[in-house]
Amino acid sequence: MSELLLPRDHKDLGDIITKASEDKTRLEVIGENSKQYMGRPMRVDRTLSTRQLSGINFYSPEELVISLRDGTSLSMVEHTLRHEEQQLAFEPIDYGHLFGFKTGQGTIGSVMACNNSGPRRIRTGAARDSLLGVHGVNGRGEYFQNGGRVMKNVTGYDLTKGLCGSWGTLCVFSEVTLKVIPRFETCITLVLQGLDDRLAINALCDAMKSPYEVTGAVHLQKTPVTLLTDPKISSLGTSLTAIRLENFEAAVRYRSSKLRTQLSCYGDVLEFGEQQTDSFWQDMQHLKFLTQSKTPVWRVSTAPQNGPILVSEIERVVPVSAVYDWSGGLIWLEVPATSDVSASDIRRSLAHLGGHATLIRADREVRTRTEVFHPIPGAIGKITRGIKNSFDPHHILNPERMYAGL
Amino acid sequence: MSFIPLPDPDPDILKRRAQIAKSLAKIAPDAIFIEDEAGREAYETDALATYRRLPLLVILPSSTLEVSQLLAYCHKEHIQVIARGAGTSLCGGAVPTNDAVVIGLSRMRRILDINYQNRTARVECGVTNLGISDAMSDQDFFYAPDPSSQIACTIGGNVAMNSGGTHCLKYGVTTNNVLGVKLVLMDGEVIEIGGEGLDSNGYDLLGLINGSEGQLGIVTQITVRILRKPEMARPMLIGFNSNKDAGNCVTAIIASGMIPAALEFMDKRAIHICENYAKVGYPLDVEALLIVEVEGSENEINLQFDHVRDIVEKFAPKTIRVAQNDEEAEKIWRGRKSALGAMGQLSDFYCLDGVIPISRLADVLGWVDHIARHHDFEVANVFHAGDGNLHPLILYNANDEEELLRAEACGAELLRLCVKAGGCLTGEHGVGIEKRELMREQFSELDLIQQTRIKTVFDPNWLLNPAKVFPLTAPGRGGIEADIAEISMPGGESER
Ligand SMILES: Cc1cc2nc3c(=O)[nH]c(=O)nc-3n(C[C@H](O)[C@H](O)[C@H](O)COP(=O)(O)OP(=O)(O)OC[C@H]3O[C@@H](n4cnc5c(N)ncnc54)[C@H](O)[C@@H]3O)c2cc1C
Ligand SMILES: Cc1cc2nc3c(=O)[nH]c(=O)nc-3n(C[C@H](O)[C@H](O)[C@H](O)COP(=O)(O)OP(=O)(O)OC[C@H]3O[C@@H](n4cnc5c(N)ncnc54)[C@H](O)[C@@H]3O)c2cc1C
Repeated sequence: MSELLLPRDHKDLGDIITKASEDKTRLEVIGENSKQYMGRPMRVDRTLSTRQLSGINFYSPEELVISLRDGTSLSMVEHTLRHEEQQLAFEPIDYGHLFGFKTGQGTIGSVMACNNSGPRRIRTGAARDSLLGVHGVNGRGEYFQNGGRVMKNVTGYDLTKGLCGSWGTLCVFSEVTLKVIPRFETCITLVLQGLDDRLAINALCDAMKSPYEVTGAVHLQKTPVTLLTDPKISSLGTSLTAIRLENFEAAVRYRSSKLRTQLSCYGDVLEFGEQQTDSFWQDMQHLKFLTQSKTPVWRVSTAPQNGPILVSEIERVVPVSAVYDWSGGLIWLEVPATSDVSASDIRRSLAHLGGHATLIRADREVRTRTEVFHPIPGAIGKITRGIKNSFDPHHILNPERMYAGL
Repeated sequence: MSFIPLPDPDPDILKRRAQIAKSLAKIAPDAIFIEDEAGREAYETDALATYRRLPLLVILPSSTLEVSQLLAYCHKEHIQVIARGAGTSLCGGAVPTNDAVVIGLSRMRRILDINYQNRTARVECGVTNLGISDAMSDQDFFYAPDPSSQIACTIGGNVAMNSGGTHCLKYGVTTNNVLGVKLVLMDGEVIEIGGEGLDSNGYDLLGLINGSEGQLGIVTQITVRILRKPEMARPMLIGFNSNKDAGNCVTAIIASGMIPAALEFMDKRAIHICENYAKVGYPLDVEALLIVEVEGSENEINLQFDHVRDIVEKFAPKTIRVAQNDEEAEKIWRGRKSALGAMGQLSDFYCLDGVIPISRLADVLGWVDHIARHHDFEVANVFHAGDGNLHPLILYNANDEEELLRAEACGAELLRLCVKAGGCLTGEHGVGIEKRELMREQFSELDLIQQTRIKTVFDPNWLLNPAKVFPLTAPGRGGIEADIAEISMPGGESER
């Protein structure tokens, strides 16, 4: 394998991709030094890393806006924001633990490329909702921008959102501008124990239906609880249903007492201490509830109430371990390493429940056989192909990372 | 006459009008057809009423199937189509051309499903924005984006324009609140994008559809995220001695780490016009007014107001008044929301929609005043200050052709100013025909072609609302680009 392509600025990036496009050189696009990856295994000629495209363009805390070069590490972004008592609204998931690496290694570009959002997504939106503007180079070598740095913008098509979540298959970002939010003064976690999945999701949805602006609503089955960092939590020995409130102190106090009363029909409502609260939500963001093994992991998105139905349908076939985020609408599912890692069962259920499933972790060989991304129906497939061709007509950027033939 | 040209109609299509009407009537016998000239006149413009063209034909379908059949025929016969909701677009988005068929969606107004447990509602595209919230108000739920036109405008139009409103500061605009759509493509194919889940599958097509100004397909059903109403909401009125103080105060509030539910600005002219019209008790002895709304329990609201007061004090406010009950709160908002209506009674006006970084607010307001004076116009400012979305209203006489031209020139200069200040041409009203030729102020040729290629992917012959959004000479406009068509994968050696 020849050496890594390491553009230093957007001009460099443009030149490299223009050349690759002329030579039909297929590129794997990476942020940090990723050795192992998810997605469909790819056949590529060269690897391009954005890690030298790093640094802050500008940060205007009083306007809640930060503009970053793409290879800036997530830990640096979070550190910079924390200094001004601010944070990313969407709490990006850190996959380091899942793949056996250190956490905090990823780049902001890859977070945006994967539209990667954590628990607070239910209140403050996904990564794509925080993304105000992008600069990037498409597979033709064309450098372009879309969006901007202001909070509202409907000037032309919103390519910014269209590109967020395209896994580096349409363009390589060189710069992203994000909306940020103030850090909250206080955070409280209310906890219910021992609920079965259905009851737990009902409790979470009830909390979401309250006027108290819940910013986290998760349910962990008994087994994943044992994997959490804080021994006081991991030794609970039951399933755990957690609701987070973040706001100024008085609001959080008032709201948690109201919610406690509302939720008391589901059992005793406990409250985590400050330390446990910090540790617990960090575990959620770092996916610590998943084993650090090779067990296949699925990420399923559906309507909240359909979450437990899906899990019970799969449980009828194989034993699984499930963690629900987004009040039931996002499920992290660990399944046994059977030959199709339950792909057909999961997707059959989703065909009637609605939603989609992505295979997050599995052996390379499994990812070759199984569709990693949820198959898309015909007419949408045609549009997907059209969009890929419009940005990257020679299919040189992450070829077939998402779909065969694209 | 004015600056912005609309393409000449295709004489062949005009000649075939009667025959086209007959064929379409056969295809969708249950749809309502408006063929007579008087009837069609009601559809010749929208809220940018200086531009009008009599459409070829107006059809009001009542189902997705009908929309699909109508589009399939127009696609085959190469006839242009303009989707229309309530026609409240302020940028000429719904203005037809003489050779285009208008598909009016006002009859598709059923609420199909409300699921409180999942916090979603599925509605037809012709339901009004307010109609959605009204349908769930007995459960204390609401649909958050709230354009001032919410009594009239449709959710389909909102999706097409990615509309905003006063409470978008806290809750986001349309695109942040839509989970799924049913979309009819120009060739008649019906696709479902998204659903009740929060994440999209594959490329974020929903992100592309929101704000695509009726150019990518006709949206017939929409699944929206719905929210529980806050326990209470209260606005505070703050009067200032100058626009500059008010502008700087806005910046200070946001910088303090607080995001109110709404943060609106009115200058002296706007205050007087609104007060005169709505009689809501606005103070008339101030130069500028802010409306700051906060939400929560009574105690939470008071604590937030204390925080706001601490900041406001630094800008020597002339008056501070807090709504004490629902009635007073309603009054304060009624005044604000009647702004455009009130203005319309007084004079013709041209409403701009540029956005700037909020730290530039005080400066830019000064420049706006300067530029307007230079063009010899009076301007009223009433806008969403919290997200920097300006709405300078240029007062002019639309019957005076020369004045109209001058108003447009003044508007263009103000929008250029917004772009120069680090902002953009439009924050919520859209490009339409109005800002079409200004797009190059913000985008390079390469930026534009990324967008026109997307249009070509969805609508290869550019039949859906084609005269909008992109300059008439934009690269990639109007044609099938060979390289978007299928290109085979390059063969390869190494595997990783
Ligand atoms: C699929 C996957 C694989 C991971 N592999 C590793 C690993 O090998 N080592 C490790 O330490 N951690 C890995 N992680 C965990 C990592 O800490 C975080 O997920 C982090 O977000 C990935 O950062 P990265 O920069 O290494 O991304 P990458 O794995 O390099 O990239 C993730 C995706 O984003 C795309 N992308 C990256 N930058 C851009 C850009 N500028 N423009 C457009 N697209 C871009 C890539 O093409 C890829 O599709 C992985 C995570 C995931 C989701
Ligand atoms: C007094 C007044 C106040 C306003 N206040 C605001 C405000 O606060 N915030 C704001 O954002 N806007 C505001 N607007 C602008 C306007 O109301 C919005 O743009 C609104 O979303 C338009 O909706 P409509 O149903 O009237 O659409 P129309 O005007 O009929 O159409 C607008 C565009 O949408 C397309 N379209 C309509 N329906 C569909 C569909 N089903 N599928 C695909 N395309 C479709 C049309 O082709 C056209 O391009 C205001 C307008 C007025 C007159």
